[in-house]
Amino acid sequence: MRYRQAIALLALVGCFVALYLWLHALGYGGAIKCGGSGGCEAVQTSPWAVFLGLPVAFFGVAGYFTLLVVAVAALRPAALAQRGWNTVLALLASIGFLFTGYLTYLEFFVIHALCRWCVGSAVIMTAIWIVAVLSVRSPVLRTDRGASPPPPDPQA
Amino acid sequence: MNRFYVVLAVVAIVLGVVVFALLRTGGGGASAAAAGTPPTVADDGFRGYTLGPGTARVEITEYLDFECPVCASFATIQMPTITEQLINTGKVRWRFRDYPLPIHKYSRFAAHAAQCAGAQGRYFEMQDQLFEHHQWAQTGRDPSGLFRDLAQTAGVNLTAYDACMKEGKYAQRIEYSRQEGDSLRVDGTPTFFVNGRKLEFRRLPGSDDFKVVVDSVIAHAPPPQPTEMQRQHQHPTP
Repeated sequence: MRYRQAIALLALVGCFVALYLWLHALGYGGAIKCGGSGGCEAVQTSPWAVFLGLPVAFFGVAGYFTLLVVAVAALRPAALAQRGWNTVLALLASIGFLFTGYLTYLEFFVIHALCRWCVGSAVIMTAIWIVAVLSVRSPVLRTDRGASPPPPDPQA
Repeated sequence: MNRFYVVLAVVAIVLGVVVFALLRTGGGGASAAAAGTPPTVADDGFRGYTLGPGTARVEITEYLDFECPVCASFATIQMPTITEQLINTGKVRWRFRDYPLPIHKYSRFAAHAAQCAGAQGRYFEMQDQLFEHHQWAQTGRDPSGLFRDLAQTAGVNLTAYDACMKEGKYAQRIEYSRQEGDSLRVDGTPTFFVNGRKLEFRRLPGSDDFKVVVDSVIAHAPPPQPTEMQRQHQHPTP
């Protein structure tokens, strides 16, 4: 359960980071807040800021929101013991992680500008992916003590 | 479990407020002094930044608008070849003059950013940045934050840049260049002049077109006259 809670919380934060970038891409709020040496505008106005005709940040919002919804759904009491949710979360996180890796590669080696918000998003997505992979590798019962059966009585 | 949902809701509210505040305070705004037409115009003697040797037999003057997509396309696609084949070989000196079109909201601002970078010896680096990241011209959003980023990438000192932009230090110079373009019947951008003669193309010229023009001008131009010093060397007075 802790893994799923962590994923939900991280996805929520990531969702708002992507939301800010998306709203900025749509023209809300003027110059992006990026610190003195951010390079966020350079990244956001590069040709790679648009994917399939939509701002890349939109896919971030959609991805994080999907992770959030799935993680919250997996936290329902009826779903806690079902390991399939962990696999779904790991799959979604892997897609997000690969996409984030591609975007980070573009920032470093193609655009030659680093956006702090994008780096923040990359860190969040990487953390989600690590947690999701750990949740797949860990036994369900150990992740949710409340749902675990009591240990066998050695005296019995 | 319920406590977790409360935490989730609180985090969502806090982050929502933060995003709202960021969007509300993200204005910035292009400096009016740098973005607008100056009330007066003065000739400071500046006639544009140039690439290529002063001894080149052909001088090409380009009137450009930084917000013009065709100018950006020309700068990023054709100019590298022109630089390599005509400017670096010493055949051509290329002069850049500003001609901000009134239909473009931020072209003066961009020209001013380039001039402020030029004051620090970074005009061409800034020009490259402005044209290579030309999506700013399509968004219609205030590009002041982006231009600062680009200036920094171009190696510009931001403190001096900010002061220059705020003051609108080169607004009159840019307007002078535009009026000069008007007097030369510049009717769009980019417009080119070869040794003072306006070039007429039915389409955006490429590097090959300029090669033909330059070779033609050099072939029909009289051989270069020796300088006074060379003359004295060749015919020393008794």
